[in-house]
Amino acid sequence: MLTKKPGEIFSSEITDEGTFLTRRNFVRAAALAATTAGTGWLYRRFAVPTPFAPLAAAEIEGVKPSDALLPPPPNEAITPYEKITNYNNYYEFTTDKEDVARLARDFTTRPWTVSVEGLVHKPRVFDIDELVRLAPQEERVYRFRCVEGWSMVIPWVGFPLKKLLDQVEPMGNAAYVAFETIKRPKEMPGVRSATLDFPYVEGLRLDEALHPLTLLATGIYGKVLLPQNGAPLRLVVPWKYGYKSAKAIVKIRLVASEPPTTWNLNAPNEYGFYSNVNPRVAHPRWSQADERRIGEFGRRDTLMFNGYADQVGQLYAGMDLRKYF
Amino acid sequence: MLFNAVPDIKFTKFLLFVNCLVPLALLGWDAYHHRLGANPTEFATRSTGVLTLIFLFLTLSVTPLRRLTKANWLIKFRKMLGLYAFFYGALHLLTYVWFDKFFNLPEIVKDTWQRRFILVGMTSFLLMIPLALTSTNAAVKRLGGKRWAKLHKLVYVTAVGGVIHYWMIVKAITSTQIAFAAVLAALLGARVVFRLTRPQAKAQKPQPRAVASK
Repeated sequence: MLTKKPGEIFSSEITDEGTFLTRRNFVRAAALAATTAGTGWLYRRFAVPTPFAPLAAAEIEGVKPSDALLPPPPNEAITPYEKITNYNNYYEFTTDKEDVARLARDFTTRPWTVSVEGLVHKPRVFDIDELVRLAPQEERVYRFRCVEGWSMVIPWVGFPLKKLLDQVEPMGNAAYVAFETIKRPKEMPGVRSATLDFPYVEGLRLDEALHPLTLLATGIYGKVLLPQNGAPLRLVVPWKYGYKSAKAIVKIRLVASEPPTTWNLNAPNEYGFYSNVNPRVAHPRWSQADERRIGEFGRRDTLMFNGYADQVGQLYAGMDLRKYF
Repeated sequence: MLFNAVPDIKFTKFLLFVNCLVPLALLGWDAYHHRLGANPTEFATRSTGVLTLIFLFLTLSVTPLRRLTKANWLIKFRKMLGLYAFFYGALHLLTYVWFDKFFNLPEIVKDTWQRRFILVGMTSFLLMIPLALTSTNAAVKRLGGKRWAKLHKLVYVTAVGGVIHYWMIVKAITSTQIAFAAVLAALLGARVVFRLTRPQAKAQKPQPRAVASK
């Protein structure tokens, strides 16, 4: 082994007074600079900070604040637009919540049709621009709670799903509503990697679907939805975990029995059909007792039915919510 | 061969030491400039967790690299890499204990017991503590090379536990989790191969001591 006595190193490094950068020091400084730059570059390749540069979105005209529901109290601030549009769970694009905005940038939302079919008297294929004019656009400020333990407060724009279902006249034997998200491998890289079984499907019981809180959203913050938030049309069910609120809907089907849902098919012991926000029923990986509101440092207690117990509690009267989680 | 040239160990150690701090420095820089995205605490937890796995892998790659390149001096950097794995693991645990549980100890114990992925991660970290404590040359002497080497086999349990922990936290397995498992499999597989080929090597010349002394 090459070892030097300390004295030797010292004597070999004596430089002229005033000459700080010897050749050796220069090489060492260069090595330090080059390797740290390389390591930094490598780190940056994998840990990319969010750019916070959302696409411009068109304003929606004639939006009225809703009188159907009081917005969350003042101590629950509305989540900034930049955060709502840069932190998304949308597995059709990627599992990385902070990269959906970039990957969904060129997703095309026109032309777009929504087929409403199944057990209805008047099945119909709606053009999206015709569909959004079925009812006045309302602003609804809802809490949005993800199963992963984070939440936001989002000012949605849309109208109750009931207004659409009234148009097609559900039959007496229709008991559930099934939703289907578009599957477009060319524009959705996540669909190609097959992390989940696409197309994404979700479902509600008919009384849940007809509840006045259940919204078909076309915008947030008074602007047209961006692709990463589920443009051009998505469901919003504020008292359920976020994954129930299917995005980019192309098909709505009324059916007689409980329809399959994507996350339930993926892990039946983790995600139930109902998926109501419930602080007392833990998920194997998340306690659900509390949540991190995006933009806040501390954690908040999670509210039963995400704070909408007064409005929706009666839908589940007598049900064992541990069994039907 | 390049690896036959023994570098200036002291300076290379310094170089490695600084480079290992670069990810933490950039994480701190991004945090200071509010550039960790919409959920900064989650970002910090995820980054430090992934860094822990990377440093564990770097530590575990020293022996196979030494075998392949005959560059025995590589062993001189293993201790530092291992201690960095422990350091980033401690930071990862700290983000959970602080940002998620706010030092509420009963809640941490309950949560660890109920969430199996935390139990696996916590166990993997706790197993690193005796390794960090016995990382000094004095500890190697005190324990004796053989016993020391035996104790430090725990690093395999930590690495496997760490990768399982990573698989358990995600909602759906992606190529990232598969890549980490593949690297670990390669590092462990290399050891199996070395073990199978060892008798031959022994016949040719006696094995050097497992731990290089100063």
